[in-house]
Amino acid sequence: MEHAIEVKDLTKNYGEITAVNHINFEVRKKEIFGFLGPNGAGKTTTIRILTGVIKPDGGTATIMGHNILKEPLKAKQIISVVPEMANAYINLTAWQNLMLIGELYGVPKKVRQERARHLLRDFKLFERRKHLARGFSKGMKQKLILCMALLTEPQVLFLDEPTSGLDVESARLIRDTIRQYNRDGTTIFLSTHNMEEANRLCDRIAIINHGEIAAIDNPESLRMKSSTLKSVEVSFNKSVSVNELPKNANVTEAKKIGDKIKLYTDEPHSVINSIIDYARSQDLKIISLNTLAPTLEDVFIKLVREYKGD
Amino acid sequence: MLEYPFLEQLKRAFAIAKKNLRIYYKSGPVLIFGLITPCFFFLAFFIGRNLPIQQLFTGLIGMTIFFSSMSIGPAIVPFEARSRTLERLVSTPVSVWALLLGDVIASFLYGLLVTIIPVTIGLVSGVSIIHPLILCLGIFFAAFCFASFGILLSAYPPTDVPSTVMMTSTLVKFPLVFISGIFIPIWEMHDWQRILASFSPLTYFTDLVNYCTQGTSYYSVFVDFAALIGFTLLFLTVAIKIHEKTLPKRL
Repeated sequence: MEHAIEVKDLTKNYGEITAVNHINFEVRKKEIFGFLGPNGAGKTTTIRILTGVIKPDGGTATIMGHNILKEPLKAKQIISVVPEMANAYINLTAWQNLMLIGELYGVPKKVRQERARHLLRDFKLFERRKHLARGFSKGMKQKLILCMALLTEPQVLFLDEPTSGLDVESARLIRDTIRQYNRDGTTIFLSTHNMEEANRLCDRIAIINHGEIAAIDNPESLRMKSSTLKSVEVSFNKSVSVNELPKNANVTEAKKIGDKIKLYTDEPHSVINSIIDYARSQDLKIISLNTLAPTLEDVFIKLVREYKGD
Repeated sequence: MLEYPFLEQLKRAFAIAKKNLRIYYKSGPVLIFGLITPCFFFLAFFIGRNLPIQQLFTGLIGMTIFFSSMSIGPAIVPFEARSRTLERLVSTPVSVWALLLGDVIASFLYGLLVTIIPVTIGLVSGVSIIHPLILCLGIFFAAFCFASFGILLSAYPPTDVPSTVMMTSTLVKFPLVFISGIFIPIWEMHDWQRILASFSPLTYFTDLVNYCTQGTSYYSVFVDFAALIGFTLLFLTVAIKIHEKTLPKRL
């Protein structure tokens, strides 16, 4: 068995709306698989199907060889999930929340207590273990929910927007934890809006839009595939608007970002020459001039726009 | 861990019950519908009517166990949906039946504990219990039956508003109190009333209490127990079927 997750022809409809439309993909064992898409693209629906929360209308999904529809308990036993909209039990203490999850997964008492102590110390929640989760900040609650997911030492960990709305330090702690558990052999399925996070964490990325998979590849390959998204970024000593720059047939799009102008092109050399000529003719000083490879965000926006037919 | 799936699931059901008791036993709807409502009902209908103590005891214990055993169950699922803990729970390796059984056990234990109060009041007031063992068994089976009924009442509509479920269940619970032999003993009812009463599980419990305290009952003890067990199985089976369909709609 090569794959941790296999999805074949998965479909889910809500009335007349198709949330997930015959999607296919595999997640290899021990990889961090990013799942990107705009709001309403079908990310959360896909995760809910894969974690056995809702049933698909068609297709199959297997987790470590266990069909989520035919063997839901076996599949759920080896996964853990940090749902996007989930909460810990606010009327239970951090410790009681962890013990509950341990009991629901059949983790022996001594083992779950040991793991809980370890996790709470790692996430700097140990001193608050006897406090009700009601009084926790958003960051503390999110760390507690992650602790609850990790207590079971899952083979596959589903994370739906795990760092959304968190401060920089908490987000970094969670990203470091994801890396560490992945190094120790956990397969990670990560849904996120944060392109930089996906770029830095994921081995491969799937982009989903309107319930369909628009692309699957590793972040670097996705970026390289979009040669038209290369860009030249320039700033001058005086303010220059996009319209003032000379027309260049190789520029597909130009936009002003702060004091810089970004010109998308598949011929950076030609664009640089025209910028230098323009600066000389206007007696402008070039403050900075950089050629940029497409970012994952550029690729993402391009794919989403292509789907919409923009 | 999954070598004995049934026993393992049963253990997980108890874990859910423990969680429910910790969280919900002192929540507003549970206190109102589980403790205050039966007290007011009792005061409204029995005080000043010069009824024999044995009949008062039947009414008090019947209403207490009925309301208290049904107070936690209907609130849990909508509460969990609203507080966004249901999705996490549904993603754990716990069957829907075990999840619901956990809710039933919590309601059942709460009903048992609260019912100790009227039993104590009855004993202190001089109620003589002729068949104490049968009364204990009756309380046990009735509490489980009513707790299962509560879970059934929470199955539909698939809402995340606890008050909606509590109101719906109240609409069902109140009429049942009036037709179950609490206010009019079954043997004093008209035929059509008796037929109506036979559809209420509370009828069989009040009949059992009458047997245990007064030595007379309309149905045989065997019929009373069989009815309570039959209703329990029916409520649980239907509740599991409906919840399996409605749970995803609450997320």
